Amino acid sequence: MRSEGSPLLLKIAALACVAFLHVPLLLIFLYAFTTEEKSFQFPPPGYTAKWFGIVWERQDIWDAIGLSVKVASIATFLALILGTCAAAAISRAKFFGRDHISLLFILPIALPGIVTGIALRSAFGIMDIPFSTWTIVLGHTTFCMVVVYNNVLARFRRTSGSMIEASMDLGADGFQTFRYVVLPQIASALLAGGMLAFALSFDEVIVTTFTAGQQSTLPIWMLNELIRPRQRPITNVVAIFVIAVTFVPILAAYYLTREGEHTGGTGK
Amino acid sequence: MTTAVSFQNISRYFGPVRAVDEVTLDIAEGEFFAMLGPSGSGKTTCLRLIAGFEQPTSGHMEIFGVTSEGVPPYQRNVNTVFQDYALFPHMTVLDNVAYGLMVKGVDKPTRHHKAQEALTLVALGSFGSRRPSQLSGGQRQRVALARALVNEPKVLLLDEPLGALDLKLREQMQVELKALQRNLGITFVFVTHDQGEALSMADRVAIFNDGKIVQVGSPEDIYERPNTKFVADFVGSSNVLSPAFSKSAGGPEKWASLRPEKINILPAKVKPSPGQQSASTKIVAVHYQGSVTRLNTRTVGGETINVTVPSSLGKFTEGDEVMLHWPQEALHIMAGEA
Repeated sequence: MRSEGSPLLLKIAALACVAFLHVPLLLIFLYAFTTEEKSFQFPPPGYTAKWFGIVWERQDIWDAIGLSVKVASIATFLALILGTCAAAAISRAKFFGRDHISLLFILPIALPGIVTGIALRSAFGIMDIPFSTWTIVLGHTTFCMVVVYNNVLARFRRTSGSMIEASMDLGADGFQTFRYVVLPQIASALLAGGMLAFALSFDEVIVTTFTAGQQSTLPIWMLNELIRPRQRPITNVVAIFVIAVTFVPILAAYYLTREGEHTGGTGK
Repeated sequence: MTTAVSFQNISRYFGPVRAVDEVTLDIAEGEFFAMLGPSGSGKTTCLRLIAGFEQPTSGHMEIFGVTSEGVPPYQRNVNTVFQDYALFPHMTVLDNVAYGLMVKGVDKPTRHHKAQEALTLVALGSFGSRRPSQLSGGQRQRVALARALVNEPKVLLLDEPLGALDLKLREQMQVELKALQRNLGITFVFVTHDQGEALSMADRVAIFNDGKIVQVGSPEDIYERPNTKFVADFVGSSNVLSPAFSKSAGGPEKWASLRPEKINILPAKVKPSPGQQSASTKIVAVHYQGSVTRLNTRTVGGETINVTVPSSLGKFTEGDEVMLHWPQEALHIMAGEA
């Protein structure tokens, strides 16, 4: 009895978990099409696609999307450079306190966002830096860098160190070695790290709240919109858009890093 | 004869560790030179000093008469075959071999042609389009060799290149490497901890211990005439005999080495012919090894002497008393020991 019963129970438990995680997402899709705009009642009294049209017309949404894309792109770009440099230093060099510095790099993602947010806000305040797109970018770079750093560091650890020496030995200077040997080795790790960083930045709320002035990124805009009584399905439409934008890179990053595990260590 | 590589009082410290300690050494052009020693003896650091991956802490170094301090690896006309081969996994075998020419700006047809020639030289002419991951260990080793040789280095450095291969392949590669070196006339500097490899391939061998060179010489020199207890023991496991024993056996009162295969064996109490030195011992252990039998014997004074005799000589059993004797010149007095 027991041996037959537990797999069934397990299946039910697994299904319950999946439902718990994903039914709210389905509701977002459902209410994007409801005709009732003040409260979400189940089942929706009627269905319409007009909210998509309304979203298309709203300039404030386009501004928010534009800002989010801009912030995420710049933060990811900075994170790629800084994260790669940090990973290279930590994996190649041996120096006193290396492990502690490694921990310091990872800390921004382990710390609650609210702590990072407050810390950055007070730092900007002390230094008299006015809030702007760039303060948001700086805030996002702190945790985006960690994602890139972790990905690239893992790849560096799987790459044979003598490959770099071999390249130098064969006559390549530092730049050529980076271009022809190091970069191809870490390319998929960079892509995966970059995509994750972009997705993280794109839906970040807490740090953004503390580092943005009057500007709204898309998640902030959504938070503000929920408080208003009218045209609620608009938020759902935008949410669908956010899901689409973040889901694709995360999925791609997942497959890229999985593939990287087969190719990363084969030179040895 | 031109000096290819010259070490003058070269030291390399890693913190308090003296990896290479006051080494002075000249390697001649066209020589097959082996650096032999246990792990941690400084031989690999010496190789890395020649390659330019390490800079000496003190001392002076020249490669073909040019001072090499401060010259980065990519500006030296030496190439290395790495212990783990260090092939680039994202490139084809042909591109791996052509890499050195590519970074020097040689055009594609020329570098591919030369790379193909180098691959043919190591009998891998038809493997150019493969990836390193599709090759066996022995084939990767040859690619690493071709990748270094295509640059026409003045000195080729080999860091335990046969260490990862199985015995049969290793013996085959020893023969091939030796022939390759003879044909190309390039100076080979070869690091190994395998004394058989060093003795069979090299023109000259340097024995390393604790960051110092303890002896340099031809394989015969090193094997027949070790100058310290360490060399006698490390190269071919010679018998190291105390001054007291040397004297009692008929030699001077000095540390001496005696090769196990130089010793003849007679039944107990039989007097050896004149001109021979002798010692009466008891067999402690018998190791049958096919064509030869290795005997561990002990004298009354407690000296252990290993003897290698042809198995055809008869059967020996533990506890047998035997008379060992050897020609006087077989007992080698070690100059390096007090």
